[in-house]
Amino acid sequence: MSAPPEVLTALTARARATAHPGAGPASCSCGSMPLADRPDATVVRHADTVAKAHAPGTDPAGLARRLAMAARLPDVLLPPLTVTPAALHDRLVTFWPYGAPVDPDDPDAAPWEAAATLLARLHRTAPSGPLPPMRGPAKAAHALTRLRTALGTTPHPAAGPVLQAWHALPAWARAEAPMPGTPALCHGDLHLGQLVRHPAPDGPWRLIDVDDLGMGVPAWDLARPAAWYACGLLPPEEWTRFLTAYRRAGGPAVPLDGDAWPALDVPARALTVQTAARALTKALAGDRPLDEVEQALVDACARMTPVPHQLTHGFPG
Amino acid sequence: MQCPKCHAPMHTYNRNGVQIEQCSGCRGIFLDYGELEALTQLEAQWVKPVPPAPPAAPQAYPAPPAPAWGAPHGGGHHGGHYGGHGGHHRHKSFGHMLFSS
Repeated sequence: MSAPPEVLTALTARARATAHPGAGPASCSCGSMPLADRPDATVVRHADTVAKAHAPGTDPAGLARRLAMAARLPDVLLPPLTVTPAALHDRLVTFWPYGAPVDPDDPDAAPWEAAATLLARLHRTAPSGPLPPMRGPAKAAHALTRLRTALGTTPHPAAGPVLQAWHALPAWARAEAPMPGTPALCHGDLHLGQLVRHPAPDGPWRLIDVDDLGMGVPAWDLARPAAWYACGLLPPEEWTRFLTAYRRAGGPAVPLDGDAWPALDVPARALTVQTAARALTKALAGDRPLDEVEQALVDACARMTPVPHQLTHGFPG
Repeated sequence: MQCPKCHAPMHTYNRNGVQIEQCSGCRGIFLDYGELEALTQLEAQWVKPVPPAPPAAPQAYPAPPAPAWGAPHGGGHHGGHYGGHGGHHRHKSFGHMLFSS
């Protein structure tokens, strides 16, 4: 699902106007480039400026607080060009300097150490004012809602394990209860698309996308790489690089040494279920089978709740 | 009784005379003395023997810990990564996943 054409056109105009302040409506020689057009965000680049239209229904007060936090932490988060969101049709728009992303064709060059160090710094930061909860669990719940909607019209054999693994999670991981423990400042949606070099092309790495930023369980930010590793997708060497760098930077989400999994287990299960739900929803929409990577996620979900199944159905008697 | 790990209540299941307490929270299982042996015997009656697993590939370094629900041949155990490493290309689908919410 993409944004209506009038939003894209207006967003492009705003990006150009912000890139060339005072230049008027005259056209410039630099082109505009859409960077993303998803249900949750539309992003357009013009010269060194990026304009982002946030999801319809985004809370303006929450977004303003998150922007202010990014402006305060320029060593961790890409600082916004303006700290007040602008209104555009039914969307809120924010403006950012352009940063160079991780090359999607060369994920082996993923900056695992930089990502981990930035997260550790973020998690150690005391927020300056009230911040909403980190939105990780809410996003996971949203992915499950979308899956249930898709399953309403088309049942699928992989749905059972995914839904059972979801219901086996503690209430907080399903956004049905407050998050436990001492809240830390969290990113809320870490993946390799959330890192850019600023200034491009070879400045230091910074985290982008403040939509899910907030207070919560910091292990959530480590849980996507943890889930990829647990599902056999991310090689152990890369997982070790990430976790070691996080610990070296004094990140509070896991103990300094020993087994990190007691802290990672619930968030990593939640991210595995969320990713499996998204994959299954996409497969249903595309009327195609799951590929082997998607099946690996569903298989991991199935392994999360094997015991009740065996106790109630598997034993003779 | 309460789960010693997460303190949620444990429910008792009786299967062929074996009392099994399972935690309603973390799904952990508590077995009394001798119950594991009893279950193993029951299992042996019902599960056909499987051929032994092939020996693990030699590894220079011990793999980092992984959760019990992790991939049996991935997740740090040995070999079999869908992601591929050691000069192999990553699976295209995982390459996309690395950059997706």
